[in-house]
Amino acid sequence: MAAEPTTLFDKIWAAHEVAPGLLYIDLHLVHEVTSPQAFDALRIAGRKVRRPDRTLATADHNVPTDGSSRAAQILDQLSRVQVETLERNCAEFGVPIYSLGSERQGIVHVIGPELGVTQPGMTIVCGDSHTATHGAMGALSFGIGTSEVEHVLATQTLRQTRPRSMRISYSGALGFGVTAKDLILGTLGQIGVEGGAGYAIEFAGEAIERLTMEGRLTVCNMTIEGGGRAGMIAPDETTFEWLRGRPAAPDPLPLESWRALRTDEGARFDREVHVDANALSPQVTWGTTPGMVAPVTDAVPEPRTPGEERALDYMALEAGVPIEEIALDRVFIGSCTNSRIGDLRAAAAMVEGRRVAPSVQAMVVPGSANVKLQAEREGLDEVFRRAGFDWRSAGCSMCLGMNPDILAPGERCASTSNRNFEGRQGRGGRSHLVSPEMAAAAAIEGRFVDIRDWEPAREPEPAGAR
Amino acid sequence: MDRVDKIRGPISVLNRSDVDTDQIIPKQFLKRVERTGFGEFLFYDWAKEPGWDLDPNEILVTGRNFGCGSSREHAPWALQDYGFKALVAPSFADIFYSNCTKIGMLPVPLPEEEVHALMAVAEAEIDLEDEVVRFAGREVPFEIDPDLRHRLLNGLDDIGITLQSGEALERYEAERERAGPVTTSL
Repeated sequence: MAAEPTTLFDKIWAAHEVAPGLLYIDLHLVHEVTSPQAFDALRIAGRKVRRPDRTLATADHNVPTDGSSRAAQILDQLSRVQVETLERNCAEFGVPIYSLGSERQGIVHVIGPELGVTQPGMTIVCGDSHTATHGAMGALSFGIGTSEVEHVLATQTLRQTRPRSMRISYSGALGFGVTAKDLILGTLGQIGVEGGAGYAIEFAGEAIERLTMEGRLTVCNMTIEGGGRAGMIAPDETTFEWLRGRPAAPDPLPLESWRALRTDEGARFDREVHVDANALSPQVTWGTTPGMVAPVTDAVPEPRTPGEERALDYMALEAGVPIEEIALDRVFIGSCTNSRIGDLRAAAAMVEGRRVAPSVQAMVVPGSANVKLQAEREGLDEVFRRAGFDWRSAGCSMCLGMNPDILAPGERCASTSNRNFEGRQGRGGRSHLVSPEMAAAAAIEGRFVDIRDWEPAREPEPAGAR
Repeated sequence: MDRVDKIRGPISVLNRSDVDTDQIIPKQFLKRVERTGFGEFLFYDWAKEPGWDLDPNEILVTGRNFGCGSSREHAPWALQDYGFKALVAPSFADIFYSNCTKIGMLPVPLPEEEVHALMAVAEAEIDLEDEVVRFAGREVPFEIDPDLRHRLLNGLDDIGITLQSGEALERYEAERERAGPVTTSL
């Protein structure tokens, strides 16, 4: 008798169940904000980290992006203590760490795939809701809280009620100027910020298969914004090509077992959603949840709920105003959603030979020290600087504003990050989520533009510039 | 962890949907390395709005998708430190729900119309043993995972329970553990 067809999620879950509802964790990523209380609790209980060799730490959430290369240089005292505490905890418990100044430091969800510690078929957790990012490589990955961080440190397992399964299938292909970010923002607009709650979501279909590895990471990254606990994409040649030669990748790659990580024909999902990729346009959020989103060609919609009314009030927007008329004060290119080298190349291509609008303050924060170095090798830093962007060092930065990179009250920002919640990027700040290309063009124009028909003149290169 | 059983008394109401953890406890308070003292910063920005009124009762009744966004356990810590022992809403974000249960704060999902009815009364009793909310002379049932209920009723520590499966864990590591990156030798 043929085995019952199963999903990618089913296969990974079954391979990791130690006991019913108890999952073995192959990789635990740790950062400075959600771990200190967990290490403290271990100390109090006299427990050890069970598997330091399956654990990896970095400092990302509140590190300054001014080029500081040691924790001792962090001016903000609380941030400094937190990073120093992480360093001390890692030393005491034997956990490897890439802290400030390490050539491998960076946003935890950028460095995992970059180092190749994120691999198909693994279970991965981190005390951060954007851990679903790693699912783009065919892993099962969850964001967890600090008590769970402690549980994983002590036992290398996690208690989980089995989520329901959902597949979001994309037919067709993304049009010119429409990116992975627009695909996931458009999806959130369709399913809502609670549409994925209780589900492990598999993203599938032609448009997903055509995405680069980085584009897939962007898509899975924002699974949580739809309430989904895990987002995943079946590994394929794009995944394997990405991993080949990375520091932690096996050599040769175990392609046979990785290729088996697919949803079988006929496997059943608890919910199926279809999205027409052809119909997607560049997206811009207008409200205070990522699901409050519209095509750039639309106007700010009429509010339908008290929440939407409140959102428009907070965002200081009137229904009916064309999105392309929304003027900006700040532009932020960065975050675990869009700070990889491909994102920076795409943004640089938009700004090359152009100037940031005088009314706009724009910044680029590479996702990792490695991304920064690579961008500098390619001269992207110069492209950004010459256009008037501030070129920073790696970290979470203004995605959540735990470091000095924040919006002032009332400032309006085009941001490539993942959350437009009230005050997320600074108290009173107003965030619009967009793709790196859209953010870059918005920086030049000082307002949103439809990048599909945007082609302003470029200034000639200064002599001997590159 | 303290046992959870009956939680009874006046309720506090926050009638908003999609309340994210950035509102519950803004980022500037996540820099502390302790687990305590977050209550005074609860809803830090919203608390400055005119007309804001949220008494530190034991029961908070609120809107759907409560606790969405960041996985910060600081949000449940702040709510608990402020005085809440149970939260009632039409739905909760996954990670937030899980985080609450780890610290012995009870999230209670009820149908939307029951939540609205509850918002209109002054007092309620939440009975975990019987899995009901009692208010206005009525009993409304709620659902909770049986293992989780058992753990909360008895105040059991998750890690302690898992370590009871120590043999299964060692067997898994010996026989089934996947080859994977060794972070200590990168």
